Amino acid sequence: MSKAKFKNPVVKWIDHRLPIFSFMDHELNHYPTPKNLNYFWNFGSLAGIALVTMIITGIVLSMNYTAHVDYAFDSVERIMRDVNHGWLIRYIHMNGASFFFIVVYIHIFRGLYYGSYKAPRELLWILGVLILLLMMATAFMGYVLPWGQMSFWGATVITNLFSAIPLVGESIVTWLWGGFSVDNSTLNRFFSLHFVLPFVIVGVVILHLVALHRFGSNNPIGIDVKGTQDTLPFNPYYTIKDLFGLGVFLTIFAAAVFFFPNFMGHPDNYIEANPMVTPAHIVPEWYFLPFYAILRAIPDKLGGVLFMFGSIAVLFVIPWLDRSSVRSSQFRPIFKIFFWILLADCVLLGYLGAMPAEGIYVILSRIATAYYFFHFLILFPLLPYIEKTKPLPISISEPVLSGSSPASAFAFREKK
Amino acid sequence: MNAKPYWFKNKRFIIQSCTILYLFFSSQVCIAAGEKITYPKLDWSFSGITGTFDRASQQRGLQVYKEVCAGCHGMRLLAYRNLKAIGYNDNEIKAFASENSVNTLNDDGEVIEREARPSDKFVSPYPNEQAARVANGGAYPPDLSLIVKARSDGANYLHALLTGYVDAPAEQKVPDGMYYNKYYSGKLIGMPQPLYEDGVEYADGTKATPDQMARDVTTFLAWASEPEMEDRKRLGISVILFLLVLTVLSYLAMKQIWAPIKNR
Repeated sequence: MSKAKFKNPVVKWIDHRLPIFSFMDHELNHYPTPKNLNYFWNFGSLAGIALVTMIITGIVLSMNYTAHVDYAFDSVERIMRDVNHGWLIRYIHMNGASFFFIVVYIHIFRGLYYGSYKAPRELLWILGVLILLLMMATAFMGYVLPWGQMSFWGATVITNLFSAIPLVGESIVTWLWGGFSVDNSTLNRFFSLHFVLPFVIVGVVILHLVALHRFGSNNPIGIDVKGTQDTLPFNPYYTIKDLFGLGVFLTIFAAAVFFFPNFMGHPDNYIEANPMVTPAHIVPEWYFLPFYAILRAIPDKLGGVLFMFGSIAVLFVIPWLDRSSVRSSQFRPIFKIFFWILLADCVLLGYLGAMPAEGIYVILSRIATAYYFFHFLILFPLLPYIEKTKPLPISISEPVLSGSSPASAFAFREKK
Repeated sequence: MNAKPYWFKNKRFIIQSCTILYLFFSSQVCIAAGEKITYPKLDWSFSGITGTFDRASQQRGLQVYKEVCAGCHGMRLLAYRNLKAIGYNDNEIKAFASENSVNTLNDDGEVIEREARPSDKFVSPYPNEQAARVANGGAYPPDLSLIVKARSDGANYLHALLTGYVDAPAEQKVPDGMYYNKYYSGKLIGMPQPLYEDGVEYADGTKATPDQMARDVTTFLAWASEPEMEDRKRLGISVILFLLVLTVLSYLAMKQIWAPIKNR
């Protein structure tokens, strides 16, 4: 990359000693990005913006929140009623969690569809799965803080899962609770962890970005960038595209915050936690429903817990489970069909997670769970032996069998 | 082949994703509605993205709350000063508050009673849950501050519940202290029918039918659950208009910046 030249003497002076301006110029301005990225590549930056939004609104909320079983519920209502624009901050935070998961789930399925987890991006993918895991822990503990009925009973159900661990299970649950039931000490530690984990996520996101910038983004046709004719500088091409995507995202997000703020929540969480009254159906937040369905599909408690954690654990190793060297589904006709089946399977699991665990729902949950693991553990390794992939293009700027001459592509090489 | 933007070829992908997301969320709605008891969907003044609370209905609703509900149900999250938002002035609020009394300490450290002030929260009818249960045959009349938000499709549910008292079918045994309500989950409710024809006398001459009173008190309670709703919707419309302009401008800017790449 060309050495950055700065005119401003102060910038020059600082950059000579601490090259942050060169760094930003290199990573955000000139950073070569494949020219053929589609809108599904917007979701990475959207996830980053969602994380920052959650942290900022969360810090403001924490200034007005009281982590005590007697005051937590009322302190949230005080934010809603008496703190200036407190309702706005809280609704952004509450709906922000849902939108963060929507964005991240699309980001993950994008990666699955276009094979973004394959060499040399295995660690990039693994760091991403780690972020998902941290997000889930953070979201779970955050949902407990308003101390409504679903907060309390959700926390009780999920923490009780650890009691399935043989021998030490009960002790672990007591240790997690800081007592013999979900109580004040549980609320206190969840608040503490809910505050600190997002900053751990920021750390892993930075590593995720370092790993990304090592080889650059994957792209819809999944072949490596061959030279500068295949790329565009990040700025202005992708800064403006990300800004447009952000505009669309924020418009939808604002519609939810201002007009349907409780659509994705559960009404029971506006009832203060009561250890004496169990809600008719204990349902986790929608983004946990597929995992909840897997948990309940297994007739054995320990088995359910293992399969539930296994459903995320398997994501860590898919770079090695998928043996095909072709990344993008565009050139993998069978893989592509199964991708859609997997997506439908996950949506079905989400639906089943919200249904009572009885009758046909249990049977469907078992089939859907079986398919989930079949997809990764059997289909991924075996498919390359059966599937005939389509011919790959020679390069991004020279699609296969197209009549355009290579020279025309070079005309758009970035001018230095 | 490169003339069309890449994502265009993926239109099907986008449509499919949207369909799946839609199906997913619509299934969520069915679950939220739950329980298979269906109740009438009314046309509320505060529904929709531009809906605001009908002030007259809110004020009548406060009267219903005060004269009918407040005997058993508290509104502990609401302060008397909040009534300014539904159109009462300072003197009216002061007078309304002073009808209640709260405990406080005098200079000698003794517990004394004083008149409630606008800054006080609504005084609950019972000192604690235990006392409430004893007075109501073991049932606990829930606090109403959040009741519309704390039930799915709360406004319609509440109106239905308040007007859902009918004679029990012959095969249904109704134990002492329980009442039959066709909209209540399990049909047997601890609350006796609260609203009767002309149960209150409206100052504005509106006929106090049970249906009218149920609508009014629901409107009042919907406001109590979401006092920020009118501000929220008003701000929301400006924010969305701003974002739409920003999005269109950034789209046009994107088209212009990408033009040399796309139209070669």
